[in-house]
Amino acid sequence: MKTLSWRKAALMAAVVPMLALSACSSTGGKPVDAGSNAGSGQVATTDRIKIALITHAAPGDTFWDIVRKGAEEASAKDNVELLYTSDPEGGRQAQLIEQAIDQKVDGIAVTLAKPDALKDALKKATAAGIPVVSFNAGESVSAQLGAFTHFGSNEKLAGAAAGDKLKAEGLQHPICVIQEQGHVGLEARCAGVKEKLPETEILYVAGTDMTQVSSTVTAKLQATADADSIIGLGAPFTLTILKAVTSAGSKAKVASFDMNADLAQKISDGEILFTIDQQPWLQGYGSIDALWQNKRGGFKIGGGQPVLTGPTVVDKAAASAALTFAQQGVR
Amino acid sequence: MTQTLTRPPVVDERVGRRNPLQKLLGRPEVGALVGAIVLFVFFASVSQTFIQPNAFATVLYGSSTIGIMAVGVSLLMIGGEFDLSTGVAVISSALTASMFSWYFSVNVWVGVVLALVVSLGIGYINGWILMKTKLPSFIVTLATFLMLTGLNLGLTRLIGGGVSSPSISTMDGFASAQAVFSSSVNIGGVEVKNTVFIWIVLVAVASWVLLRTKVGNWIFAVGGDENAARAVGVPVKATKIGLFMAVGFCGWVLGMHNLFAFDAVQSGEGVGNEFLYIIAAVIGGCLLTGGYGSAVGGAVGAFIFGMANKGIVYAQWNPDWFKFFLGLMLLLATIVNLIVKRRAELK
Repeated sequence: MKTLSWRKAALMAAVVPMLALSACSSTGGKPVDAGSNAGSGQVATTDRIKIALITHAAPGDTFWDIVRKGAEEASAKDNVELLYTSDPEGGRQAQLIEQAIDQKVDGIAVTLAKPDALKDALKKATAAGIPVVSFNAGESVSAQLGAFTHFGSNEKLAGAAAGDKLKAEGLQHPICVIQEQGHVGLEARCAGVKEKLPETEILYVAGTDMTQVSSTVTAKLQATADADSIIGLGAPFTLTILKAVTSAGSKAKVASFDMNADLAQKISDGEILFTIDQQPWLQGYGSIDALWQNKRGGFKIGGGQPVLTGPTVVDKAAASAALTFAQQGVR
Repeated sequence: MTQTLTRPPVVDERVGRRNPLQKLLGRPEVGALVGAIVLFVFFASVSQTFIQPNAFATVLYGSSTIGIMAVGVSLLMIGGEFDLSTGVAVISSALTASMFSWYFSVNVWVGVVLALVVSLGIGYINGWILMKTKLPSFIVTLATFLMLTGLNLGLTRLIGGGVSSPSISTMDGFASAQAVFSSSVNIGGVEVKNTVFIWIVLVAVASWVLLRTKVGNWIFAVGGDENAARAVGVPVKATKIGLFMAVGFCGWVLGMHNLFAFDAVQSGEGVGNEFLYIIAAVIGGCLLTGGYGSAVGGAVGAFIFGMANKGIVYAQWNPDWFKFFLGLMLLLATIVNLIVKRRAELK
């Protein structure tokens, strides 16, 4: 008897969803055919080369999806075989560089979030005659570590741009929400904001748990009634912050860094003031393309200076244009 | 010679009535309760905001998102096992519901039901491997934890083309599912998140099962001594697998809250949260070795965590010290717990 009822339950559990399959959702869901215009153009006639793209991305961060898409598109055009790897821990990222050297790649594009850990591995790369480009993080140490150029946005300038923009909106007491305590780039953004608006307060949240982000932000808003604005440092976090602000009934204005489609939509709807975009797609695309150019004719873009991909301010006026591209996953 | 013997009234100490106070102090959760009261008084004295009703609702919400999982994890710990896969299993559940509904463009409730099946399935597999191999649950669930972390990332990119699940907020059934898993109730002008009530209900059900049913006795028995339990006829295998499935159920509830509160789920989330659930259970007086503890204790442990976590924000302390204070408070709460329990046992 008992086993029978168990089997029945299991059968129900399997069949009910199947039946319900016929109950299609009339809105939302997967677009029937998203279509893609990436990599459909002509491919460079140069010999196929191998380039390693090595980042400090933590698994599951949307930002790096966009970087990767840019790199993939450049690879498709430039006849490049792209080897994408990442590890948030400095020591292991260095090992990835050494592995790339072992694989005899023709170029390395690397993020320098933890430059000290990567120093020796990069020395080996340049000694082996592999051209190196740095991107995203490590602008100040890039040349010193042997990269011939750097693609990225200066985090402190980006923070200052956000501070200026808030000031122009008449706001002066923002809360700057850092989702990863001790992250140099994120701290620099908030420091940039604080440079322009000295009343800026910093709030740390656990970025790995959205419910805690939401409840900690609510707590902070209740504790700091005179805060007039709040800044998220990544698109998914800003969207969660926006929900917390709305449900707490706070009047604080929301601003953001970085971009995704939902964020672009909210900016265009006027729910979020603006975002500071460092155009990650350009960082991925530029790094691969610069290495290809180097291979093609020994070119070195940038003249020994970093190539800035941001900061660009995307406000309501600019959001609708950015939205189309954000939906394609390139903004 | 007949003589009336006047025997002194000897009462077996095992069945004798105990001093009610002593009985109370012997409960597993009482140490945590004292710790919670101390912490509450402390934060109430350093922060004006902390005792306001809406701030308290926020603290409760923060506690509930830990506490819902702590219910299952406490029961499992009383049953003598660990589960390290809980943090990412929550996200797996949320991803299953959102990706399935999105990919096939079906009513989100279909995804919700499928997620429940998947969550219970993860629990079942954990328990089944454990019973089949007799490996420590630490190893088995560590393996599940790693595999789920990889599956979350891999499948999300494969299906959705990104590392974050697509937003399902415009799909059919979203509004009703949101009302069930992530809404607020207005109590005297204060918005209280419904996860708080779900949490309380789960704690009540778990307590009833533990203290009033046959299954509750089985749980204590398998956690105390597995072989002795088997010898007296307790279905050890079914009990342990059932406990892992209960953890899976709690993970499903929290996963659905995550999904419907934020529309989209980041596939890399959840790593590290499993420790928070275990911490809550341990502070609440569940023994790491099994056989002792309570569901209420786990809830009080989650509440302590929620108070410490949010209290530091209300007290406006320098955020650089946040983690230090958090650790210190957890340590103090556990020590208070220990002292109270030892005192009670000595008497």
